[in-house]
Amino acid sequence: MIRAQGLEKRYGEKRVLRGVDLELGRGGFLVVTGPNGAGKTTLLRLCVGLAQPTAGELEVAVPRGRVGFLAHEPLVYRELTALENLDLYGRLYRVPERRERIGMLLERFRLWDARRERAGSFSRGMLQRLALCRAFLHEPDLYVLDEPFTALDDEGVELLGRELLERRERGTFLVATHDPGRVQALATASLRLAA
Amino acid sequence: MSYLADVATLARKDLRLELRARDTLPAMLLFVVSTLVVFHFTLPRDASRLAAFGLLWVALVFTALLGLTRCFAAEREQDVMDGLVLAPSDRSAIWLGKAISMLAFLVAAETVALPAFALFFDPGIDGRTIAGVALADLGICAVGTLLAGMAAASRARELLLPLLFLPLAIPIVIGGVGASVAGGSRYVEFLALYDAIFAIICWASFEYVVTE
Repeated sequence: MIRAQGLEKRYGEKRVLRGVDLELGRGGFLVVTGPNGAGKTTLLRLCVGLAQPTAGELEVAVPRGRVGFLAHEPLVYRELTALENLDLYGRLYRVPERRERIGMLLERFRLWDARRERAGSFSRGMLQRLALCRAFLHEPDLYVLDEPFTALDDEGVELLGRELLERRERGTFLVATHDPGRVQALATASLRLAA
Repeated sequence: MSYLADVATLARKDLRLELRARDTLPAMLLFVVSTLVVFHFTLPRDASRLAAFGLLWVALVFTALLGLTRCFAAEREQDVMDGLVLAPSDRSAIWLGKAISMLAFLVAAETVALPAFALFFDPGIDGRTIAGVALADLGICAVGTLLAGMAAASRARELLLPLLFLPLAIPIVIGGVGASVAGGSRYVEFLALYDAIFAIICWASFEYVVTE
């Protein structure tokens, strides 16, 4: 599903990713680790097409609309409510039975009661839950998750763990994390990036 | 059809954001009305129609510029652009949705500005002037939205947008003033041609503005 060889990314003189090789087959679960500045986020942005490699080869055999991307930022409008944000993405991703799926995800991530509140009033943990709802809404084939456990409380961590376990059967995962222990049981491979 | 549905979704979202935040339209309204008031007191009583319409077009172009500086503010300040770019819809739909919402703000500002202009200067606003304003709006929103998208990615965006936009708005001002004061439909046709050419260029090139 993803194959990279000698992948490199530079911003001007600064090389943020050097010579990365990776292969992630359908149904795989690759955990990317490494210290701050090792290029984990850059690697994920390259894989979803938000950045272009400076050198090397990268093949991602998944159409753009079948990728679920969780970024550092929640990618939601703060002036819109949780429902409105998910409805916007649901329409753009042409999600079938949009309302039902949005309702189900909001229930699962315990945001149903806050569904009509503006995202700007959410705590960081609630925003992360909303971002997870957004990334999972269209039932992607490839999940690209950047630090998915960030800002989640114990309940949120448990909810996400359960969700990953359930989705593990039908998706391919590329997950960058500082805390690989949380997804160790699900992982089929790991990649450590050097600083 | 799904392309138009995406455009409608994105334009509706921008209108809803403006209804909630009220960042852009009140500023545009205040600017255009206060500019016309200043012009009313600075223009001599015996000034020509051409001068009055020239000032109207200056006010409209700068009002539009004020709106355009906020065009991608929500996406930039809240880092939402990546989310829109990753959606499977054609990326030009983002441009078209923004241009439509921008057009709505500009038309709303003009529904106040044109009666105020008629009240202050009594220049005789005819159908050709209205047609000129409508066509100019299309060109301003098409070109301005693309340039606002380009400028949004830059650190010097407040400086960059006027530098890019104003030279490209010169033909609009020429066409608009011409349509208002000259006879015949030559200037209206010129504005229509400008709109057609630049709308196609902007539609086709927006993808390269939002991707690396």
